Amino acid sequence: MTVEEHLLPSAEPVCLIDQNGVPHDHPSYRLPTKEALLDGYTQLIRGRRFNDQASALVRQGRLAVYPSSFGQEACQLAATMVLRDGDWLFPTYRDSVSIMSRGVDPIETLTLLRGDWHSGYDPYEHKVAPQATPLATQLPHAVGVAHAARLKGEDTVVMALVGDGGTSEGDFHEALNFAAVFQAPVVFFIQNNEYAISVPLARQSAAPSLAHKGIGYGIPGERADGNDLAGLLAVLGQAVKKARAGEGPQLIEAHTYRVQAHTNADDASRYRQDDEVTPWLDRDPIERLTTYLEQQGWLDDDVRATAEAGAVEVAAQLRDGLMPEPEVDPADLFAHLYAAETQQLQQQAAFLRDELAREEA
Amino acid sequence: MTHTKISMAQALNQALRDAMTADESVVMFGEDVGALGGVFRITDGLTAEFGDKRCFDTPLAEAGIVGMAVGMAMNGMRPVVEMQFDAFGYPAFEQVVSHVAKMRNRTRGRVQLPMVIRIPYGGGIGGVEHHSDSSESYFAHTPGLTVVTPATVADAYGLLRKAIEFPDPVVFMEPKKLYWAKEEVDLTELQPGIGTAVVRRDGADATLIAYGPAVPVALEAAEVAAAEGRQLTVVDLRSVVPFDDETVCAAVRRTGRAVVVAEASGFASVSSEIVARVTEKCFHSLAAPVRRVTAFDIPFPPPKLEKYQLPSVDRILDAVDDLQWEDS
Repeated sequence: MTVEEHLLPSAEPVCLIDQNGVPHDHPSYRLPTKEALLDGYTQLIRGRRFNDQASALVRQGRLAVYPSSFGQEACQLAATMVLRDGDWLFPTYRDSVSIMSRGVDPIETLTLLRGDWHSGYDPYEHKVAPQATPLATQLPHAVGVAHAARLKGEDTVVMALVGDGGTSEGDFHEALNFAAVFQAPVVFFIQNNEYAISVPLARQSAAPSLAHKGIGYGIPGERADGNDLAGLLAVLGQAVKKARAGEGPQLIEAHTYRVQAHTNADDASRYRQDDEVTPWLDRDPIERLTTYLEQQGWLDDDVRATAEAGAVEVAAQLRDGLMPEPEVDPADLFAHLYAAETQQLQQQAAFLRDELAREEA
Repeated sequence: MTHTKISMAQALNQALRDAMTADESVVMFGEDVGALGGVFRITDGLTAEFGDKRCFDTPLAEAGIVGMAVGMAMNGMRPVVEMQFDAFGYPAFEQVVSHVAKMRNRTRGRVQLPMVIRIPYGGGIGGVEHHSDSSESYFAHTPGLTVVTPATVADAYGLLRKAIEFPDPVVFMEPKKLYWAKEEVDLTELQPGIGTAVVRRDGADATLIAYGPAVPVALEAAEVAAAEGRQLTVVDLRSVVPFDDETVCAAVRRTGRAVVVAEASGFASVSSEIVARVTEKCFHSLAAPVRRVTAFDIPFPPPKLEKYQLPSVDRILDAVDDLQWEDS
């Protein structure tokens, strides 16, 4: 195999369970275990409910905005299922399901989108970086975390998420290049959902696939069916294993689709037709896995009940946690700028306190 | 350590060396900082002494350099990065403004970024286009950043040591025209705290407020003014953010007149902020409006024309002459 062939992604996205629930052999990847797939099923049901409930809460005015990952749950969950506790996740704004599945409290996951603070969780507790709303700017940070871990002799792997639109940003390029030069243990995982708000993939890139972009940096690329949890677990699992073993950064592209609008504030009918969306509904990640598990005879009542209980629980958590108006403290505005508050900020904080006291009087 | 005569460049190099010796989480990286020792030799010998895991060259990409430093600081290191020249630091601007400055705030203090961004800045070295910018106002305008700039050899050492020990990100602006200025210094002397200005010269008649490369020019102007019978106080800010209102305002109140001297263009700048602050806080002590001597509001000129752009002793003395002495 030549160097170039080593870097080239598969000719077709890796798919181990197709949209009809039919398993396929693959020369390089094996089907995950029964336990992994059943765990994945349970998480998919919970993740889908999280998306549905969060979208509903936007309509009820309980969230400022919610970029749904409906249809992309397999990508979001596979990204975290392949990590160890000590590994890091660098998510984007659309990756709430990923963040939650890492163990972050569902309400704290949504702090940014609720609008009571920019980030609600402690990044160190579950090794999840704050969600990034600028595109691809979190990728160089991921490289830094990975490089520091390597300097310290730790075998940490960093999972860095980005969308198809984000691959056009300079920071994507710089992060991949730095990671390759320093052989940093980062898995760059592109969820190609075909749209950057309204702009289709063809306007982002003329590359044969986004996974091909790795070649220019010396990073092996691979692509997977983004709605096939089994294939994603196999491909991402292998990428994490290689990164941990010192083989340097890996680039994975998942082919998926943003079934819903960019956010609740978006009107997808202005830029795409319904008949484009319909075939993707048949490729749903949950349906195909359900079909497969049923045909294997693995989806018994206990598994279904466990999955449903997890979904009911997370929906209740969101409703109960987001229904009360969040308590915000104006003093927080000045509290976290510097380790030691400057005199000028103390004066401005005092001004605001006085202003509020006068309003109350 | 006894008094030795060294340049600002050597003092900065020694500060990095001492910081890296004192704390093994301190790492230094950027463009040409390894074998070459930096284009200004500030990192000279560091790779040889500490190895290429502690001081290393990176690909030529400033956003990548600063972004990687953010991640390394998140993961327990104290990165010091070099932007090779002021205007070459602009590709990193988004990382600085959206992430370096905001990380503590957006995570409610859970993620702190102890990192230093070193930027050689300013004119006076005959640099061609994009090698002479004064970019401090962009950073000073950004909440969450700390911005310091030394004007003396001793402060270069002391402030850089403090900046590396600081719990928050520091933009460390190095006046490159002062890199080769030598002074007798004792590096074991007390180091200045970040956020403290210093009175470099005392005089009762008017105050010159300056920072970085403008400080020696202000001191020279004060020397000439003294010979002509006018005694000027010179305040060296050292720290643009946090701003030392107390030291600045005390000097202005004592003298009743002030001129701000800065190498950057004046419009919407650090110098305009100083004028606003002094006017708001010292109005009743002022015998004349606060004047400014700054660069013109033009792109930094080519080397053959830069002398017309930089603050000069004559311009400072003219501004002092303009402080309505006849009315007092």
